[in-house]
Amino acid sequence: MTQIKPLSPRSPPAGGGEGSGMAYLFQQALNALQLGSIYALIALGYTMVYGILTMINFAHGDLFMVGAFFCFLLAVYLKLSFVPTLLVSMLGVACLGVVIERLAYKPLRAAPRVSAIITALGVGLFLENFTLALSPYPKHIPPLLTNTTWTIGSLSISSLQVLVIALSLVLMLLLDFVVQRTKAGMAMRAISWDKSIVPLMGVPINKIISFTFAIGTGLGGAAGVMYGLAYPVIDPYMGIMVGWKAFICAVVGGIGNVRGAMIGGFILGAVEILVAAFFPSTYRDFVAFTLLLVLLILRPYGILGKPQPQKV
Amino acid sequence: MMKAAIVTLQKRWQQLTGLKYFWPVFLAAGLAFCVAADRYDFVDLYLQLIIIYVGINIILTVSLNLINGYMGEFSVGHAGFMAVGAYIASILTVYVFPQNAAGILFPAAILAGGMGAALVGFLVAIPSFKTRGDYLAIVTLAFGMIVKSVLENIDAVGGPRGLLGMEKLTTLPWVFFWTVLSVWVIRNLVYSNFGRGIWSIREDEIASDLMSVNTRQVKIIAFVVSSFFAGVAGGLFAHAIQFINPRMFDILKSTDVLIMVYLGGIGSIAGSVLGAVIYTLLLEILRPLGVWRMVFMPLMLVLLMIYRPRGIMGLREARLFTPLLDRVTEKLWRQRKKEARHAAP
Repeated sequence: MTQIKPLSPRSPPAGGGEGSGMAYLFQQALNALQLGSIYALIALGYTMVYGILTMINFAHGDLFMVGAFFCFLLAVYLKLSFVPTLLVSMLGVACLGVVIERLAYKPLRAAPRVSAIITALGVGLFLENFTLALSPYPKHIPPLLTNTTWTIGSLSISSLQVLVIALSLVLMLLLDFVVQRTKAGMAMRAISWDKSIVPLMGVPINKIISFTFAIGTGLGGAAGVMYGLAYPVIDPYMGIMVGWKAFICAVVGGIGNVRGAMIGGFILGAVEILVAAFFPSTYRDFVAFTLLLVLLILRPYGILGKPQPQKV
Repeated sequence: MMKAAIVTLQKRWQQLTGLKYFWPVFLAAGLAFCVAADRYDFVDLYLQLIIIYVGINIILTVSLNLINGYMGEFSVGHAGFMAVGAYIASILTVYVFPQNAAGILFPAAILAGGMGAALVGFLVAIPSFKTRGDYLAIVTLAFGMIVKSVLENIDAVGGPRGLLGMEKLTTLPWVFFWTVLSVWVIRNLVYSNFGRGIWSIREDEIASDLMSVNTRQVKIIAFVVSSFFAGVAGGLFAHAIQFINPRMFDILKSTDVLIMVYLGGIGSIAGSVLGAVIYTLLLEILRPLGVWRMVFMPLMLVLLMIYRPRGIMGLREARLFTPLLDRVTEKLWRQRKKEARHAAP
């Protein structure tokens, strides 16, 4: 249930140990980038929703899981190829995210923050157990792409790894463009600045919030598909641990900050892979979380977050 | 004004005398029932186990309410404290205590479990001086995961396989005793002079600091007391099901306790008791539904939050738990507000 490292990774951990030091490091760096980009994609969803609603969407990890299951359904029953699978999964998860926002979170906007958090926890539990009730056994995602492995010296790179990293980078750049350069992105930033004045300026706040949810959860869905491709065994509880870890990434980067979430994702990915490379892999969680605690004590507002002085 | 106060005081006192015998009668009856049920087995074992679960959940919920409800922080690592208590108590009864004396020394084991958890709670309280809100939530979350991860890596306590060999030492009278003790201690703490400091931190930390509340001390005490009782609950839990492994104390367990707290309503002892009882019983009643019960429970929670965001009690307290003076002051305050409203135009 809490297995992040795959039981049977499709890309074999080639070069593990026997290669030269540099190649081994480079190999691990690639693994770290792959895991980190998946974390970063999920963390983006947390941070966007937080930025705009100051609410932690704890159901986000489970939306990621739903993305992986969409991928499984589309690939097995509809026999779609990779690109339509990815797009339809993203779209499906985005729709689900918007529906959840409309039905569960919108009535609670004026309520105390904690009830929104508890609702999110409830929605997450619902998604997990609903999926569990429908499909009690772990599923295996069929390989959607032919995976080729290039060997350069003692270094081996799988095309899947490259695809996951490249695709996440593209999605992140796209998101950065949307947030920084478009009108909708400007509205999003404005709403996160001040929720009461901005609607008076004619910004359709509900539409923008739905849009944010759609983008955030859509990215989570994409992460689910990529995770399913990289580590093909999926089960309904896979979203919990990955989700919480992505949440930690978002906080480490400074929650509410889009670029911070990306950095946080890559940091956590790197830490986890490095720990697993040099220690017994059961220490991974322990070392990763301890490092994060230390980081939080040193920089309590995250790497890119700004300390908010409390006014009296 | 003074006269009104005296009149309300008298009225309240009359109402109270009706309740005067409630607590002694309730405690005596409960204890008698528990001892009898344990000794003569007229309640079947399944039902006994459910009552034990209810008791353990009440301890967990009330103690988490101290941090999340009264102090207004968002702690997500309660299962971690529980795990510490469960493991310490189990190690003591299985390996340390002599075989035949385990039954007699059981309270000492539970106490030690609570102490161990309290010590860890003290460590977690230190980051709470500076970090608040979501960042403190992360600290507690990471703490819970670290505890689980450490336990999985210690082979002496079974690692991921878990620990067994505990006797079934958790009996109804013991659960009753610890439940009453935890409710009593926490209720008296939050209504004590010192405990008002806990409330004041929830309302405004800076203001309470200015009013000379020693916020650091208050936070440490709240965390220590809360984690102590979580450890006690863990020890009872371990000796009720006679098997523990690190996975039982993962984030889902913490989520369970959180749900019970917010279902009952924050800042309310009666709410916590109600939340724990209702949640535990509902889960058992819905058992015939199989997997689908875990689909309906969260749905009900979401609906409850939408239609009643503060939970069942939500910052209100049952009469039984409120001190007399508090009720009178509240009444007076309401009256004055009403008078002021009438006088204003």
